[in-house]
Amino acid sequence: MDQLIFLFATGLSRGAVFALFALSLVLIWRAARIINFAQGAQALVAAYVAFTVTTASGSYWAGLIAALIAGALIGVAVERGVMRLVPAHDHLAGIIVAIGIVMVLQSLLGILFGPQYRPMQAPFDDSPLMIGETPLLSPYDIFIVTIAAVTMAALGLLFRFTSIGLQLRAAAFAPEVSRLLGVRVPSMVTIGWMLSSAVASLAAFLLMPTELGVNPHATDMLLVYGFAVAVIGGLDSPLGALVAGLTVGVVITFVSGYIAATLAPIGLLVLLLGVLLVRPAGIFSMREVRSA
Amino acid sequence: MIRRVRPSTTKAGSGRIILWGAAITVIALGATFLLDPYRNFQLATIAATFCAVAGLTVLVGSSGQLSLGQAAMMAVGGYGYALTANALTGVGVDGVARFVLAMIGGIAASGLLGLLLGLAAARLRGPYLAGLTLAITIAIAPVTTFFSGVFNGDAGLQIANDSVPPILATLIAMEQWQAWIAILVAGVVVTALASLSHSGIGLHMRATRDDETAARLSGIRTGRIKVIAFLASSVTAGAGGAVACFITQAVSPGAYTLAFSLMLVVAAVIGGLGSISGAALGSALIVLLPWTVTLMTEALPAELAQRLSGNLPVLLFGLLLILVMATARRGLAGIRFRPRPRRDRRASSPRRPQPDSAAADAPPAASEPVLELAVQSVPSAPHERRK
Repeated sequence: MDQLIFLFATGLSRGAVFALFALSLVLIWRAARIINFAQGAQALVAAYVAFTVTTASGSYWAGLIAALIAGALIGVAVERGVMRLVPAHDHLAGIIVAIGIVMVLQSLLGILFGPQYRPMQAPFDDSPLMIGETPLLSPYDIFIVTIAAVTMAALGLLFRFTSIGLQLRAAAFAPEVSRLLGVRVPSMVTIGWMLSSAVASLAAFLLMPTELGVNPHATDMLLVYGFAVAVIGGLDSPLGALVAGLTVGVVITFVSGYIAATLAPIGLLVLLLGVLLVRPAGIFSMREVRSA
Repeated sequence: MIRRVRPSTTKAGSGRIILWGAAITVIALGATFLLDPYRNFQLATIAATFCAVAGLTVLVGSSGQLSLGQAAMMAVGGYGYALTANALTGVGVDGVARFVLAMIGGIAASGLLGLLLGLAAARLRGPYLAGLTLAITIAIAPVTTFFSGVFNGDAGLQIANDSVPPILATLIAMEQWQAWIAILVAGVVVTALASLSHSGIGLHMRATRDDETAARLSGIRTGRIKVIAFLASSVTAGAGGAVACFITQAVSPGAYTLAFSLMLVVAAVIGGLGSISGAALGSALIVLLPWTVTLMTEALPAELAQRLSGNLPVLLFGLLLILVMATARRGLAGIRFRPRPRRDRRASSPRRPQPDSAAADAPPAASEPVLELAVQSVPSAPHERRK
């Protein structure tokens, strides 16, 4: 029973990170109708920037801010510099170019920093608090869940109650009409990429202290989990990303804790396959346009 | 009345493909006499990779489905080969019989997984399929670890050594014999694939890729066509993985990582999506460029050399990938030294509507609009076609 509660709490904390990363994929999907397979590599660059800043300044918080800024800048650079080179509605070209970006970024980081894992320190204790005899969340887990909740709430407020949020939604759902009404659609797409890349960088930054550390392939699994969560949640739905993220986090932690840690990726694959076969566009997705 | 799209190729076309395939295979076999053992080993590796890349280029280029799991298919083919070969060694079968049966085992294993995945893929659109195949590639290593009793975890499986047949033993070395086998398998597999791609099924694949709805309206069973494309590509990948296992006498999850899967995509894209000769060039490039970079960086200090040799080829391939997708899209196979007459005509009169608008509107990309021509064979209306 103790283990059940502990695994559940840990799962929620991991799930919050997955949900954040999935949310970043949802943001790009809503802004530009593509799945950005380079999101993990972009977040990794931000994590390296944060690592460098934290090492140089000694402050975790300076690293956190650096990660957000670096993430946003990379988002702009990728969207304006590379993604504009391919036609917007060509999924195949978009994915292949994203793979190219992954290869370029990861190999550059490998050349600059080498293949070794560089551990990142958590700002709080990461051993679990004891409630009575039961181990529960660690302070760092609580920090992760709080940050994730605050970020999601802030994004929700931004999209729902501000003028720029309205313009972002308008540009995503009806680009032609919005342009006629004076919304600068290309700028909105860029802002979408900025927000999305910054959120992904935040997720990667939060994850690093709980893993081995930063390494040129440290975000590969985060991308796969984040993608699975985003798809299970339905790519259109931020709420779906949250629910699916927490669910996947808890399920994966249970599988790792009770059966075997190596089984987690297999469990994820089965889950993804099952969801895609039953609903090819995800659980919370909107109805697809009729094709015939 | 629904008219079905008729293939434009004839029996003579497929005969010519088989002749070409046989000729190139014989030339490659002869070339092994000019190479030293290490070069022959590299040639064998290129042939094994070529099988997988050819399948991928048909899958992506002709049917429009992007798979990031081609390395996983190779791994399944390799494990199928190794398990069958070891079982046969256990009951005392060896030589050619063991090789042929083990090849069948490898191809059957990858074909079965390809069929299952193809059935799933037929329901999925681009990014969903790419993500699912990405997850499959990631799951290969955990599966081998979890079922350690069968797949022996990270260490992988070893198979018994296939020696050169006694008749040839005085004539050729081990590496050359392996190169022969690899070239023969690649020749058979790729010729079959090229025939498929030039048949009516290939035409239906391209029609499905260009406009699935229009293809369905023309009576093409697009779901079935997608499954066939996936099956063909996984069978060729499985053959490639089986050959790779034969060459190295081992198969392990470390050889079939996500990075290698992306490399196969690179080979297909750089060679030119949909082009089989391009796939051959691309496979040679992804085998030889990393090796060349390693040779060139050997003189540098150890740590720098290690960082560069692993990463520099990936960097170059990533840049090439973006470059090819952002520009021509035809890759190496599309490089022509003569200007194409059709483009000149477009450039000289860009505004005036052409009488054969379907042909003039064709994008310069790799997609020849098979179906547009078929569907719009009715006399065009006087008003301008909305596009």
